[in-house]
Amino acid sequence: MSLWFWLLVACALAYAWKLVGYLVPARFLENPRMSRIAGTMTIGLLASLTMVNAVASGQALAADARLGALAAAAVALALRAPFLVVVLAGAGTAALLRLLGCN
Amino acid sequence: MLLLGSPAVRVGISISIATGLYGVSFGALSVTSGLNFWQTMALSLLLFSGGSQFAFIGVVGGGGSGIAAMSAATLLGMRNGIYGMQLNALLRPTGWRKYVGAQLTIDESTATSTGQADPAEQRRGFWAAGIGIYVLWNLFTAVGALAGAGLGDPRQWGLDGAAVAAFLALLWPRLKGREPVAIAVVCAVATVIAVPFVPAGVPILVAAVVAAVIGWFSHGRSDEGLEPDVDPYREHHRHDGGHGGRHDDGHHGTVPGAGA
Repeated sequence: MSLWFWLLVACALAYAWKLVGYLVPARFLENPRMSRIAGTMTIGLLASLTMVNAVASGQALAADARLGALAAAAVALALRAPFLVVVLAGAGTAALLRLLGCN
Repeated sequence: MLLLGSPAVRVGISISIATGLYGVSFGALSVTSGLNFWQTMALSLLLFSGGSQFAFIGVVGGGGSGIAAMSAATLLGMRNGIYGMQLNALLRPTGWRKYVGAQLTIDESTATSTGQADPAEQRRGFWAAGIGIYVLWNLFTAVGALAGAGLGDPRQWGLDGAAVAAFLALLWPRLKGREPVAIAVVCAVATVIAVPFVPAGVPILVAAVVAAVIGWFSHGRSDEGLEPDVDPYREHHRHDGGHGGRHDDGHHGTVPGAGA
């Protein structure tokens, strides 16, 4: 139930962010700092989420099949593969490495 | 027929299909991260912002708390507020359109709209991409959630690897130039250092603080990092360098009244 609670809070705040853009006076646009922070934070959060999912195992660090998935995804992206292909490359590589005995 | 004659609507439809399809991966990853079908659907129907949705399930799947998941999703949603300001100046929606348009304000609908030069086309592009993605994203989320529930052990299928790939794919299009790459590296390192010392989910918030501090003091482009996951005008960039994208033309929509 507590997960539902935080999930609905996240939904409400996501809509609040979106709506606030339509309601604040246009002069806030003249401050480029806000938009720069929104941008750097987007980059930082996505980089962080990538690493957490690749090497974190609870509070420990682990090098396992997920690192292979990370490398495969990078190669697919460098070859300009579409999103879904990148995701499949990551899944396929991790599954294959496990089949070969890497955990 | 009239609508299909509009270049913005055609771009909107193709971006809807490309973005909608990867709702499958969100749906499947969400149920294997421990959310149930309706929690997964609530994220797509109500939160409706790909990066934030992946962030929420990524934190939960990694053993993080609900509040950490909510915080990561909310911080990642800040950019939608910036898009809202741009679109408000560009499209000048009134009445109910403001409130409905707000929910449809995401990377792709913003990019489709601001990539057009004519105000009528900007409006058509926003609504075509926004509505199209909303419908298909939710449809394919449901498909993915139903398929994911029948998969058994997600690790056997490499679904944890799929999550890693999804986050890298969301990050990749934003790494244009030296500064975004530097920010990504610094935040990745900060995350790895933080993992053993703080509860699961919190390293992501540490990285957010680092990124915000960099943003506060840096003097980079003001639209850095504000690129869509799937660029609606990718073809144009490659072939003719046409007016397409928001990142390479001098007139993108941060200017109040740009569409007037």
